[in-house]
Amino acid sequence: MFTNRMFNILVPVISVLLGLIAGAIIMAAFGYNPLSGYQALWDGSFGDIYYFGETIRQVTPYIFTGLAVAFAFRSGLFNIGAEGQVIVGWLAAVWVGAAFDAPMIIHLPLALLASALAGAIWGFIPGLLKAKLGVHEVIITIMMNYIALHVSNALIRSVLSENQDSSDPIKESASLASNWLMEMTSFSRLHYGILIALFVAVIMWFLLEKTSAGFELRSVGFNQHASQYAGMNVGKNIILAMVISGAFAGLGGAMEGLGTFGYMPTHSAFTNLGFDGIAVALLGGNNAFGVVLAAILFGTLKIGALNMPTAADVPSELVEIVIALIIFFVASSYIIRWVLLRFKKEGK
Amino acid sequence: MLGSEIHLENYVVEMLNIRKEFPGIVANDNITLQVQEGEIHALLGENGAGKSTLMNVLFGLYQPEKGEIRVNGKSVKITDPNVANNLGIGMVHQHFMLVDTFTVTQNIILGSEPKKGGKIDLKKAEQEVEELSNRYGLKVDPRAKIKDISVGMQQRVEILKTLYRGAEVLILDEPTAVLTPQEIKELIEIMRSLIKEGKSIILITHKLKEIMEVCDRCTVVRKGQGIGTVNVNETSPDELASLMVGREISFTTEKTEAAPKGQILSVKNLHVQDSRKVEMVKGLDLEVRAGEIVGIAGVDGNGQSELIEAITGLRKVESGSIHLNGKAITNLPPRKVTDSGVSHIPQDRHKFGLVLDFPIGENMVLQTYYKKPFAKYSVLSYKNIYSHAKRLIEEYDVRTPSEYTKARSLSGGNQQKAIIGREVDRSPDLLIAAQPTRGLDVGAIEFIHKKLIEERDKGRAVLLLSFELDEILNVSDRIAVMFDGKIVANVAPSETNEQELGLLMAGSSVVKEGGH
Repeated sequence: MFTNRMFNILVPVISVLLGLIAGAIIMAAFGYNPLSGYQALWDGSFGDIYYFGETIRQVTPYIFTGLAVAFAFRSGLFNIGAEGQVIVGWLAAVWVGAAFDAPMIIHLPLALLASALAGAIWGFIPGLLKAKLGVHEVIITIMMNYIALHVSNALIRSVLSENQDSSDPIKESASLASNWLMEMTSFSRLHYGILIALFVAVIMWFLLEKTSAGFELRSVGFNQHASQYAGMNVGKNIILAMVISGAFAGLGGAMEGLGTFGYMPTHSAFTNLGFDGIAVALLGGNNAFGVVLAAILFGTLKIGALNMPTAADVPSELVEIVIALIIFFVASSYIIRWVLLRFKKEGK
Repeated sequence: MLGSEIHLENYVVEMLNIRKEFPGIVANDNITLQVQEGEIHALLGENGAGKSTLMNVLFGLYQPEKGEIRVNGKSVKITDPNVANNLGIGMVHQHFMLVDTFTVTQNIILGSEPKKGGKIDLKKAEQEVEELSNRYGLKVDPRAKIKDISVGMQQRVEILKTLYRGAEVLILDEPTAVLTPQEIKELIEIMRSLIKEGKSIILITHKLKEIMEVCDRCTVVRKGQGIGTVNVNETSPDELASLMVGREISFTTEKTEAAPKGQILSVKNLHVQDSRKVEMVKGLDLEVRAGEIVGIAGVDGNGQSELIEAITGLRKVESGSIHLNGKAITNLPPRKVTDSGVSHIPQDRHKFGLVLDFPIGENMVLQTYYKKPFAKYSVLSYKNIYSHAKRLIEEYDVRTPSEYTKARSLSGGNQQKAIIGREVDRSPDLLIAAQPTRGLDVGAIEFIHKKLIEERDKGRAVLLLSFELDEILNVSDRIAVMFDGKIVANVAPSETNEQELGLLMAGSSVVKEGGH
């Protein structure tokens, strides 16, 4: 018997397998050895403690952006703006991290808070426009992405540095980096951010599933008319959902600014962390726990891909194809459901 | 089992011993339905009895586990709706499947467009549609846009759609649920002319009056079981009702004389606009006292919905006042209105009454989730939420596999019972029931009427909005007739009849009091 719950778990798992199989076929078709390709992928993400550390580091921002998109989805909103929210979060974290001197116990939380706040503001604007004027959030968030990208580049050059292409480094007291973690993973850039990411995932689960505020958000996500009838303030909930979603994505930016890099470079193009977050949320079924698993998969693929050209002569772009295929299969989950139901019928 | 004694060989459609299972339930168990050529055959059953499932099997949307389907005596396998179409079976769904911005003709040919040199031959199609329309007396303008024509006309477009595709057997799924009394009369005429032209009709319904009026034979299903087929001229509404429900049903609602007390709701000189900024309520006065049921009678579209939305805080009041227990609730947000003692059974249960993707349990606390004992310090107590739901499910006889089942998978009657349970259980001072029995079967209607009267007897004020005159006459203690945004008459149900009400509702000047 296939219950709904089982479907929700089976569909992503099968999509991932199908994506990997299709990727193997493509590798073979272009004359590469798929086995050695995937071997290299595996070695490049888990084969060695250094790679393992790098993988976890990459997973961290994905968890945040995945949670951000998933949270908005559950409230009936499509936040394409996670990308811009990551950028402003990164900028705010680095700004606070570089501009102040304070003991770590104050400085680090303050920098994190700044990133969450910046992301929240970037989510608040489309939320407000949607709630008050009915402007579609997708359009506004896309525009907000470009504003974030170019404004942050300008600020990095003019305010956060002396006309340089990257900001000044943050102070030690605002850093998430850990010598202990680095030494343990033979000097990968692993930092404490992963703990914050897992903590935020738990917060999202608790907020949505266990609180009355989450009840309202989910209700508005499913049926705005019934929510209004039941006395909920639909507009307030739309804004709240975008603010929280933006704060999650902003924290994702802080992971890069305070953890991985310790500064912010100017970007000639988007970081893609926010856009990949859409795929992570989709694969994770918009559920906090699922998002964490999906982020782990994405981090693994991204880091493992770096090893493929050297170890197996397979271009790393192939992993992008595999990722695209996985998303394709998740998006066409209807087909998988249909096939599963067929099997079930014939099995009887 | 009641036998279908007539054994004529001219059955157009036969469904023999059909069984259809869904995970956890048997929706159809051993149901037999045989339709003769040229008859109107009623399929009668309560909500959730398995009528729609059976018809979906015939229309190829579901595959039966057991049983045989024969069309014109030949055994067939209907694997999808296209096969059904080719066999001459057409279905008019309860919810129309029309493209609003397309014309009548465009909708009718959708999916089987006549082509001329790679282009759609709209002229030819329009001619054909017009011909068909005239032949069956449908009076449909082939060039009108769907959004500009009435619901009754849209339904005729659906009928034309099936005829255009060559249907010989038409399945009409509760066709009168959405129609006004006048439109119902016209539909009945249309059904008769279809029969005259040699078509056969399966009419899914739970309205006994209609069956008695137009049908030749009637097959009854109850809880997924085929109960039998009867000749309509050999039966009575009472017999049909008890066959359908499995017990005796009383048609006249029993109630004692009302003993109204103090004023609960007072509406004065109310003006309300609809979403297009057209004034729909135009200086309306209304009063409902404790311990009485006031029924609002009127033709749909005379401002009833806007009135109720204004009272419940869902729509802005332009001017005038609404008082509850002497306190002004004009333009308060819905939550404040609810908290001041108003419960509202909304007209559209899918749009407003329920979050269909929430479990029944969560729907039962849709207004009260943030209050004790369902939440403490903003943390929900699912234990209390679901035990509350369990109690309401039992008390209001909501038939659901469990309190964790999504509201979407319940039948309409059970969804409505859940809403009524939730609204009545809050013990409001004022209970507003907007079309509370729309689309429900007699068993559920009886139950809901009883509950409304029980609430009245507990000393609550009940405001009932209904388009069914039977319901208004049976349940109300006082009838307020609404026409063109105003209450044009207040009458006692004992001193009036359907005819007089009909005239008043049409704005005729037989005004007794309070009119203009």
